[in-house]
Amino acid sequence: MSLEIFRIDDRLIHGQVVVGWGQPCGLGFLVLVDDAVVGSEWEQELYRMGVPPEMDVFFDSVDSAATRMAEYRADGRPGLLLTGDIATMAALAARLPELRTVTIGGIHHQEGRVPRLRYVFLTLAEEQQLQALAATGVTVLAQDVPSGAAIPLEDVLSGDGTR
Amino acid sequence: MTTNSTVRAVVAGHGTFAVGIISAVDQITGLGDQFVAVSNSGLAPAAIEEQVRNALASSGATVVFTDLPAGSCTMAVRRMTKLGAGITLVTGVTLPTLLAFALGADPAEAVARGKESLLLIESPRVP
Repeated sequence: MSLEIFRIDDRLIHGQVVVGWGQPCGLGFLVLVDDAVVGSEWEQELYRMGVPPEMDVFFDSVDSAATRMAEYRADGRPGLLLTGDIATMAALAARLPELRTVTIGGIHHQEGRVPRLRYVFLTLAEEQQLQALAATGVTVLAQDVPSGAAIPLEDVLSGDGTR
Repeated sequence: MTTNSTVRAVVAGHGTFAVGIISAVDQITGLGDQFVAVSNSGLAPAAIEEQVRNALASSGATVVFTDLPAGSCTMAVRRMTKLGAGITLVTGVTLPTLLAFALGADPAEAVARGKESLLLIESPRVP
């Protein structure tokens, strides 16, 4: 194991990540890639307080995450990388040709977004961002929790928010 | 702003957790109207924070109970407390904790009661 899960989740570190994925997958570390958080000590403290002491949290920008990726990949513990939006994950994927799969864990309701799954709401621009990411060869799936189905992008985009 | 003076706290959590635990308090004590429920279902972080803020503002309450220390409701309230909103947060709430609060305990006493009520009871195995 090493860093194998690349998740887009606008809630960043929260219950599904720490408990839902963290416990069954035995996650040893999280990598939170977010420019606002990496520039704010108190935002980092906020997220650290939500994580059990045995789990490390690393905060990165896209640039620093790409630079440190070999180090994360070499970590013997299972790890999960998080971004809060599609654009950040796409920017990271553009720097990491070895990134093959991205999971949408949660993009929630906001003005202008259309429901696609219970936990995925997207604007037209966000749908186009996901399609562009998939066109580069990255497999894009939606899966909120490990016991849930991994839903292919085409099924996400044709969804009506009830699944 | 007019507030609901009966309400003493907001309960926020995943799914229908808040509605459920308030329902249990009401069934046991008849004091469920001391609480307002907030769910994070389908909500982005900013919307969760807005829901909690609105619940606090409309009720006049300054205490928030949440279900999970790492949960998105807890993170939203922690963000508010960092900004000095004068809020008391109790996270990891259980039914005994909420019952104690409903029956008049302050948040610290309610937490102590909740901790006392968390027990492991194992019966001996029959060979």
